[in-house]
Amino acid sequence: MKNMLLEIFYVLAGLVSIAAAIYALKDKKHPAPQGTAAFWGIFGLIFIIGKYLPPALVGFLILVMGALTAMNKVTFGSLKNSDEASRKESANKLGNKLFMPALTIGVVAFAVAQALPKLGGLVGLGFGSVLATLYCLGITKSAPSNLTYDGSRLLLQVGAACILPQLLTALGSLFKAAGVGEVIASGIGGIIPEGNILAGVIAYCVGMALFTMIMGNAFAAFAVITAGIGMPFVFSQGANPAIAGILGLTAGYCGTLMTPMAANFNIVPAAVLDTKNKNRVIISQVPFALALFVTHIILMYIWAF
Amino acid sequence: MLKLIGVLIILIGFIKKYNTIAVVLVAGIVTGLVGGLGFIEILNIIGSAFVKTRYMTLFLLTLPAIGVLERYGLRERASTLIKSIKSVTTGKVLTVYTLAREIAAAFSLRLGGHVQFIRPLVHPMAHGAAEINFSKVDEKEEDIIKGYSAAAENIGNFFGQNVFVASGGVLLVVGTLEELGIKVTPLNVSKSAIPIAIIAFIYAVIQNYMLDKRLERKSHTKTIKMEGK
Repeated sequence: MKNMLLEIFYVLAGLVSIAAAIYALKDKKHPAPQGTAAFWGIFGLIFIIGKYLPPALVGFLILVMGALTAMNKVTFGSLKNSDEASRKESANKLGNKLFMPALTIGVVAFAVAQALPKLGGLVGLGFGSVLATLYCLGITKSAPSNLTYDGSRLLLQVGAACILPQLLTALGSLFKAAGVGEVIASGIGGIIPEGNILAGVIAYCVGMALFTMIMGNAFAAFAVITAGIGMPFVFSQGANPAIAGILGLTAGYCGTLMTPMAANFNIVPAAVLDTKNKNRVIISQVPFALALFVTHIILMYIWAF
Repeated sequence: MLKLIGVLIILIGFIKKYNTIAVVLVAGIVTGLVGGLGFIEILNIIGSAFVKTRYMTLFLLTLPAIGVLERYGLRERASTLIKSIKSVTTGKVLTVYTLAREIAAAFSLRLGGHVQFIRPLVHPMAHGAAEINFSKVDEKEEDIIKGYSAAAENIGNFFGQNVFVASGGVLLVVGTLEELGIKVTPLNVSKSAIPIAIIAFIYAVIQNYMLDKRLERKSHTKTIKMEGK
């Protein structure tokens, strides 16, 4: 049931992408209409029928998408929002009702996840989005064609960066298949003096943060680094496992805040907010992340032993 | 050691600011080849991982509704709303959001998200707060407000979630340690996540306070502008 519903939502998401392809193609002022349309068309296709295609063919299509972005063929174009005066006028007219559809997405996603745990938050996000879309049409009395137009406008603005989270997970699978984690763990393990608790704590936290920055994902780093460094240098020296374990994981989260590899947290949001500097989110987070990282080392050393 | 060549490619690619997607694909293919995988096998791994992770990009579904709401003045309304509250600052808006996000995450409420909350609601409020306090906010400062708005979501999300006893992170710690022969209960792990959740919030408060001070320093306050003319 859950998977069937998810597939339906993937088809809808694919249609959003294909709509963006069509609008890019029709956009007279677009600098690269064919390339941009091909990118979003392929992406939409993978969402809709990717499950039934041979994985190697999907892999090949992703290489084509990569080549299109590398040649700067995937760009925004000239889709426009309404002008500021009419936005202000309609904001005054509609008032706080405008917030309701936006809140619907999160609230419905949460309610479904709580009430029907078998379906989960993702199905909830799907239902929330569909309800929010209908709700939004009801409130604004907008022509339904604006849905495809404005959805495409936002997607083209976010741009190719939105495939990065999926791409980086694929990279993680390749790293795992090639055995990259073991090499790193044994490399760090080789330079730590044995029997020194502080050195072990520092190595574990640094290993987690560094490997998370490389993989873009603290979960992927945790199993490798805990087995390679945490076990011999922290846990076997008598650390409280619950404390050292969770602090090891969140030391990795400090790395997540500082890496472009964690694209869904750092790069896609910058694109969503349309920042001038595409690394703006990371730059804002580095001082916080470094301070909290040092705190992790101190806390683990004092509290876990 | 040769297997680390993919890591090296990514480092160089990011430093030289090459196209990220191309860099990631090249790093993946080279790592696979060095690790002894065939080209078709590599395409297989990339393709099946990509199809399996479509859920990561499900936020596409939210874009039509948010796009139309923006057409009808969603961001303008958020600005107006925040302007009606007295003595609000950008930093205070972000601190309140971080607190709400962290508490929600600690109760496993996934009430957040850059697309769902930051773009349509939180950033317009943070920006609106700067607009009431200063006559003009420079482009650089505008960009910085965007950065801190996105950071508020990440910080609240990351360091609150493990306080929940059945969160993914807690279960990962329990499972990983169990495989290594160490027994811990989810409850003990989640309780151990409380101090860092509190410390992270305190640091966020300090960071947002410093953001306010920076905006005061760099932006044109309303009084100075009047004196200048």
